[in-house]
Amino acid sequence: MLSFRRFLASLGPGTVWLVIFVVGPALILLAYSFLTRTDVGQLGAPVTLENWQRIFGYDALFQEWVPDNLRVLLRSVLVAAVSTFVCVLLGYPLAFYIAAQPPRRKNVLLLLLILPFWVNFLIRVYAWIIILRPFGLVPSTLAVFLGMTYAYLPFFVLPVYSSVEKVDWRLVEAAEDLGATPVRAFWAAIFPQTLPGLIAGVILTFIPALGTFIVSDLLGGSKTALIGNLVQDQFGQAGDWPYGAALSFLLLGAVLLGLWLYARLAGQKGLEELI
Amino acid sequence: MLSADAAVSVLDVDKSFGSVQVLDDVDLDIRKGEFFSLLGPSGCGKTTLLRILAGFEQPDAGQIIIGGRDMTGVPPHLRPVNTVFQSYALFPHLNVYDNVAFGLRMKRVPAAQQRERVGRALETVRIGDLARRRPDQLSGGQRQRVALARAIVGEPQVLLLDEPLSALDLKLRKELQVELSNLQETLGITFVFVTHDQEEALVMSDRIAVMNRGRVEQLGKAEDLYERPRTAFVANFLGSSNLIEGTVKAVTPEGATVQTVHGPLMTHQGAHLKIGQSVTLSIRPEKLRMERDDETEGNEVRARVDDIVYTGAENQYLLKANGERLIVFQLNADLGADEDFDYEEDVALYLPPGNLMVLEEG
Repeated sequence: MLSFRRFLASLGPGTVWLVIFVVGPALILLAYSFLTRTDVGQLGAPVTLENWQRIFGYDALFQEWVPDNLRVLLRSVLVAAVSTFVCVLLGYPLAFYIAAQPPRRKNVLLLLLILPFWVNFLIRVYAWIIILRPFGLVPSTLAVFLGMTYAYLPFFVLPVYSSVEKVDWRLVEAAEDLGATPVRAFWAAIFPQTLPGLIAGVILTFIPALGTFIVSDLLGGSKTALIGNLVQDQFGQAGDWPYGAALSFLLLGAVLLGLWLYARLAGQKGLEELI
Repeated sequence: MLSADAAVSVLDVDKSFGSVQVLDDVDLDIRKGEFFSLLGPSGCGKTTLLRILAGFEQPDAGQIIIGGRDMTGVPPHLRPVNTVFQSYALFPHLNVYDNVAFGLRMKRVPAAQQRERVGRALETVRIGDLARRRPDQLSGGQRQRVALARAIVGEPQVLLLDEPLSALDLKLRKELQVELSNLQETLGITFVFVTHDQEEALVMSDRIAVMNRGRVEQLGKAEDLYERPRTAFVANFLGSSNLIEGTVKAVTPEGATVQTVHGPLMTHQGAHLKIGQSVTLSIRPEKLRMERDDETEGNEVRARVDDIVYTGAENQYLLKANGERLIVFQLNADLGADEDFDYEEDVALYLPPGNLMVLEEG
């Protein structure tokens, strides 16, 4: 068995990185969530569980239950899921299309795909307002879906593309040789090879979509507030950091639950390959 | 050609890729239950012909008949053939069992029958114990066996093998050559085997088609091709040959006499030749007799030993005779025997008339 010191050494720089940039901030946030907001909007004593009660919709004395936050969370999950699904429908074939092009065209298409990143995200969302307003679509839920799909499509296409690039097409011939129709040959021989990319793409799309607040704020108006908007409000206008911290853990919980479910659905293997 | 006992008939097939003609009027029959090899250097069209049989390519002209059915326009998945690919093309996400069962599932064979047939196929290629492994956990030879099991489990009429042994090391290749021949005899399936390795083709095949530049140069049994090559290409691609050019001097019902740089040479072939015609004679290096004394019985050439290559079982003598190079192989039979010749030694070569082949103009 490895000694404890060797175990520590084997963790290496990756662990240091994780502790500084992920675990540390999360712990600070966790600590905030047990504090109280002072009159001037700062963090202060006493230590309390009230924020956690509030995020689940209970008042201080557990006498009333108003699950508005949970409703917003559910809506956020739905909006993120639908946007991700649309990204899959549009992006999966797009990745194959790009991969099938001759090298020069392929590079141009990939450049076009990431070109929007050169423009500030906020400006691009404002651009959608200008595009959609003449049709009376701002604010609307449809506009939120459009904006989300637009924002996250490249994040979906890129990982899928990289696994399509690596596909061994000779397996199609092997499958057809063994009696598979072209359609079945695709599902049997090609689709499994793109699964790691597909899983990565779905995760890279779903998680940011779940936490977004800019798109819903600018394109959806107050009616389609998402969990991201709630968190942002607490850290911004409302100035209630402890409550915001607790809310962000609600979001984190939803993300982890989603990943766990997804890992079970997609099978352990896909995630292993991804990681 | 189209005969009743043909498993596969290739009828006047042409195929070009762009401006390159890959197959030029290929016409051959492959008999039911035979081990048939397509032999030739890379680029000779042998793999393209195999892919046309499998249905991955369509011929520009001509027809393919498999099991009496015209295969023109029939997609690969509806053809009664299976392929063992050069790269094996195993499905990486499936284990050995599922790879082998793939074809049966596509044909919706009942589950119980699937298990039985997959089990039998794995036993046939002797990898029954590897059923749960994934392809990346197998050695090259084991993958080869999985590819083979996957292709035979569906009991195809014809098994197509595209240089299946080329990625294996020499020893394993030799083992699998024997196993493949035995397997073919046991199963009775027609094998069409593509290879560029002449020895492999000679060892395994019932019949061989030697291909060159998109054409079949010669088709026949291994012995026929080796002993009686018809073209200079065949004479040199299968083993090595001494080629001697000359002009026909006399023709009799028993053969011909050809005037060469070495003087007149008699051959038992060539009764069809015309006097004055220029021809190329071919003789295998092991079919010349090398002696010290001049016995003056005709068909003799005086030569000098230029170089000696020791290869273990035989000595290869490179000789110079009348300004031309000749090679002679002599079995290394007895230790210290005085048949061993020295550098610079003058010798007499006897070219038996029965061993001198008359080649067609290539």
